[in-house]
Amino acid sequence: MRNGAILPLRLSDVSFTAGGRTIIDGISLEIEAGPSTIIVGANGAGKSVLMRLMHGLLDPSSGRVEWHAREHRGAPRKQAMVFQRPVMLRRSAQSNVAYALKVAGIPKAQREPMVRESLDGVGLAHLARRPARVLSGGEQQRLALARAWALHPEVLFLDEPTASLDPTATREIETVIRAFDAAGTKIVMATHNLGQARRLGDEILFLDRGRLIERAPVEQFFSKPQSAQAAAFIKGELPWT
Amino acid sequence: MSEALGTALKLLADLDPKLVEIVLLSLRVSLSAVAISALLGFPLGAAIAVGRFPGRKTLIVFLNAFMGLPPVVVGLIVYLLLSRAGPLGGLGILFTPSAMVIAQTLLILPIIAALSRQAIEDAWREYEEQLRSLGAGRASAAFTLLWDTRFSLLTTVLAGFGRAAAEVGAVIIVGGNIDGVTRVMTTTIALETSKGDLPLALGLGVILIAIVVAVNAAATLTKDLAQRRYG
Repeated sequence: MRNGAILPLRLSDVSFTAGGRTIIDGISLEIEAGPSTIIVGANGAGKSVLMRLMHGLLDPSSGRVEWHAREHRGAPRKQAMVFQRPVMLRRSAQSNVAYALKVAGIPKAQREPMVRESLDGVGLAHLARRPARVLSGGEQQRLALARAWALHPEVLFLDEPTASLDPTATREIETVIRAFDAAGTKIVMATHNLGQARRLGDEILFLDRGRLIERAPVEQFFSKPQSAQAAAFIKGELPWT
Repeated sequence: MSEALGTALKLLADLDPKLVEIVLLSLRVSLSAVAISALLGFPLGAAIAVGRFPGRKTLIVFLNAFMGLPPVVVGLIVYLLLSRAGPLGGLGILFTPSAMVIAQTLLILPIIAALSRQAIEDAWREYEEQLRSLGAGRASAAFTLLWDTRFSLLTTVLAGFGRAAAEVGAVIIVGGNIDGVTRVMTTTIALETSKGDLPLALGLGVILIAIVVAVNAAATLTKDLAQRRYG
């Protein structure tokens, strides 16, 4: 375990309700360093909310979300998140990455090489000076990955990062995610694309109506799902992946 | 009428010194008021947009309501504050361009603050999760949003300038419409019209409209260009 590592992450009986609706219902689990964790489930199962609770964008209504080591305010974050629709600032691609470094308190002189390395890593070096918002959807999502990757986070959350992309862009994004995984970043990704879950995942967390129904290695989950809900979900989803 | 228009156009073509002086003073007063209002109104709007504090909703209601402050009432209040017996009478700036700048600033600060609050709050809704995920605090997010909405904020400045350049009630009360000192386009138009001197009034009217149209056109062009360039 790296010095000052924030993993493992432990959720203890975490629930989240909004407007009288229970979206996450008593989930307990532990996320360790290492295997890529893929969260699957139907729309509305609570995948996005669960990741936001883990990442700290939402506070649980009850239960606890605890990292092994707490992050300090103002210090560079050891976790990052890429959203389904990337939010780009009205400035160049490289400035968007540099902005993340600036917020993290990286001195100006050190930012430039980090920005270049990060853009190189996602194959966007040639578009560094382009305004970020006029890039294509796939390019913007790769830029979002570069921005999240610039600080080499220990954990990277991805919320359906390819849901609004075409197959070519999706492949490019998957290549980048695989590279981050190989470089030692813990991947936690939500997807409803089961083919993608198989390609990128080591283990599956299956959610159904806010509950964690099943947690299993990828192959086992798809070949021998333990729950009726998971079996029905796999059967229902596969034809479209 | 046509005779008056002819004389008005001649005044314009000759760049009549008196007319030029009035136009320049108008611009000086209104642009100063816009600059001060933007300097105060942008941070205020941003703070209200991303801030969380008790009374926020009430503040927004008042701010929006103050966009429609009657100029004569603002003029009256500033007059009372600056008059010799008033709390700020010691400054001795009543019936000077400074008093006019203060009055117009009070008029358009709510406009710029309220409109920028709206623009920045819309952007905050879009950016909040991303900025928080990166670890940006609210204060730093507010500055990021100010810069990212810069082209929308141009429109708010424009609304403020339009209001300042066109209003007559506030500047006539605190400026006094003194020839060569505090006479601006709108007050001159009001005075000359009541005196029956239509050419000067008409000439100034033409200029006033031309300025407002030109400023709007420039701002629209800038915004379009920026939109295409930055998305």
